[in-house]
Amino acid sequence: MRKICFVIAATILFASGGLAIADGPGDPAAVKKEDDGKWLDKEGNPTYKISADGTVDWFTYSGYRRYHSDCHVCHGPDGMGSTYAPALKDSVKSMSYGDFLGVIASGRKNISTAQENVMPAFGDNPNVACYMDDLYVYLRARSTEAWGRQRPAKKEEKTEAYKKAEDACMGNK
Amino acid sequence: MRKVLLATYLGSAAALAVGSASANDELIKMSQNPKDWVMPAGDYANTRYSKLNQINAQNVGKLQVAWTFSTGVLRGHEGGPLIVGNVMYVHTPFPNKVYAIDLSNENKIIWKYEPKQDPNVIPVMCCDTVNRGLSYGDGKIILHQADTNLVALDAKTGQVAWSATNGNPAKGETGTSAALVVKDKVLVGISGGEFGVQCHVTAYDLKSGKQVWRAYSEGPDDQIKLDPVKTTSLGKPVGPDSSLKTWQGDQWKIGGGCTWGWISYDPALNMVYYGSGNPSTWNPKQRPGDNKWSMTIFARDADSGMAKWVYQMTPHDEWDYDGVNEMILTDQQINGQNRKLLTHFDRNGLAYTMDRESGELLVAEKYDPKVNWTSGVDMDKNSPTYGRPKVVAQYSTEHGGEDKNTKGICPAALGTKDEQPAAYSPDTQLFYVPTNHVCMDYEPFKVSYTAGQPYVGATLSMYPPPGETHMGNFIAWDNKTGKIVWSNKEQFSVWSGALATAGGVVFYGTLEGYLKAVDAKSGKELYKFKTPSGIIGNVTTYENGGKQYVAVLSGVGGWAGIGLAAGLTDPTAGLGAVGGYAALSNYTALGGTLTVFSLPN
Repeated sequence: MRKICFVIAATILFASGGLAIADGPGDPAAVKKEDDGKWLDKEGNPTYKISADGTVDWFTYSGYRRYHSDCHVCHGPDGMGSTYAPALKDSVKSMSYGDFLGVIASGRKNISTAQENVMPAFGDNPNVACYMDDLYVYLRARSTEAWGRQRPAKKEEKTEAYKKAEDACMGNK
Repeated sequence: MRKVLLATYLGSAAALAVGSASANDELIKMSQNPKDWVMPAGDYANTRYSKLNQINAQNVGKLQVAWTFSTGVLRGHEGGPLIVGNVMYVHTPFPNKVYAIDLSNENKIIWKYEPKQDPNVIPVMCCDTVNRGLSYGDGKIILHQADTNLVALDAKTGQVAWSATNGNPAKGETGTSAALVVKDKVLVGISGGEFGVQCHVTAYDLKSGKQVWRAYSEGPDDQIKLDPVKTTSLGKPVGPDSSLKTWQGDQWKIGGGCTWGWISYDPALNMVYYGSGNPSTWNPKQRPGDNKWSMTIFARDADSGMAKWVYQMTPHDEWDYDGVNEMILTDQQINGQNRKLLTHFDRNGLAYTMDRESGELLVAEKYDPKVNWTSGVDMDKNSPTYGRPKVVAQYSTEHGGEDKNTKGICPAALGTKDEQPAAYSPDTQLFYVPTNHVCMDYEPFKVSYTAGQPYVGATLSMYPPPGETHMGNFIAWDNKTGKIVWSNKEQFSVWSGALATAGGVVFYGTLEGYLKAVDAKSGKELYKFKTPSGIIGNVTTYENGGKQYVAVLSGVGGWAGIGLAAGLTDPTAGLGAVGGYAALSNYTALGGTLTVFSLPN
């Protein structure tokens, strides 16, 4: 549950500026690795790390998996978009990490005379809320084509710190 | 055809004898008039066959567009219009508008109905805001809205006669299916298999909208309206707690088994037929047991809702093979014997031919040779696994387990066929079936349930069968032998309902937007025309002013639009993937239009 609370707090902090800002996340180069296996860019935002031999970091792999469970049913395979919802591999190019968290946690409505696009709030759905960073890292890798339309074959292993945080967030004993 | 008519006549006579509503006699009579199209599938038997023959195999090549109508809605347009006398009733996806169009007066709009619905229902609809059409009965047009409200509109004025609430979208319950008017009742299912809904079919009183009965797909016997002694499965009584015994703990309460497909009715037997969908979640490890009665064909008494027989096609689903596809009722001879048959093309890739009176299983065969998750159904009546599909361990996601990616399963979760209904011609005794030709990788993992939130629990990746360059087929099927008679390749999944006619022509739409006419005997293509958008609607025919018309809704979307818009996952291709991986978005774009065809004057 802790992660969800954090995310909602982040939402208020970051999303209060509105979603009109079209600033992308900047240089995706990974400079620092956290204990849970998450890589950060120089701004301190989560990013991907893909080795020359195609080994991806745990978050990119986990994000791939979570995306193709809960997101692809509207947003299409591999972040490519659909007749129903936008291509997230493009969306993340023009939104900040904070905006991304805000939209997942709180949802968004884009209703006009021509379109009725509604994204639900996933803030209280642990299957999504506990994996927002994973989703972000995967989609960031898709946005730069650092990762293509395939399932990652080689990955860094899940860390103990990640497992602990995941269990706490999902309410697993 | 005569036999079917006779049976129907007898059925209506029997109904009269027990003093049932006259609305139904009117409806049976109307459904026998080929000039009209008064129920979603054209007739109670769900044959989607028309006796009209002005358009035939010789002249269909001259077909041209007679008129068009924009629905003003962009989302996926499933289903098709109703035609009652001089009026056509056209429905749309969310916000579920209804238009009454005057066919005798330059197709002017007589009335329009647009409900006010909370847009928060939109994202709860798993795979687009589709609606599969309207029903007619007793001077009313029945609309099943996205927010599950069932609304009866005065067919003449569009005024609301009554409204009933069938479910709660805040819990993930939504409405996408077409209702069916049977005697003095309106029968309707519910959607929400990806949200952990305990799904049901409910009967409402046609006059007042009052609920008469509700039968769940899983739960205690009284909730699912099963009699432990009288209800049978493959000829044997189901016994007490037949559903509860096959679930762990309270999982059945969020067990899915949704009922978003089509309903058929046999007036002579007074029975209704429909299928239930996938058990929730998609992760089979989280729900040990057969998960009855998900993935099941139900045969129920139309008056009481009590089940006469049930047959579970995919016990303990591991692939999301919903059993909701239409049940087509025909009277045919097998081995010289007259049989009352039910034919069903399941998502799981098997086509079933059953005796619809007894529930006996006669034929179960693959209708796409690429189907690989099963080696077939055990047809040995003395076997302990009689009637069960034999699962191939390599393609079992239960066998693979959580966090293990099971590769190369055919068909994909889309099924060899989804809701897009097949047609049956009594002239050829063949079924015309729109199919998908797609395989998948499937990796289940643990999920937790939150009311009103997606409850999926598996990662999917879809692609054409290895070595294939197309994603769909349109086939002719012999339900007596369980064999494909002819098969036409299609670039994309065929996601449009078929129409068979006495003119020897079969019609269907394609995802690129073509309306196609093919020869019923050979499958030879006789005509095609590209409509403004991809077709996931069902083809309809009617006659007005002495002229036969063919009508279809285009408007790409639905699960096909979500899965195929960007093309299937091809790790080796960049942009501009072709063949079996082609992106639908390179062929068509959103937009709801009705296109109506006829022969030149």
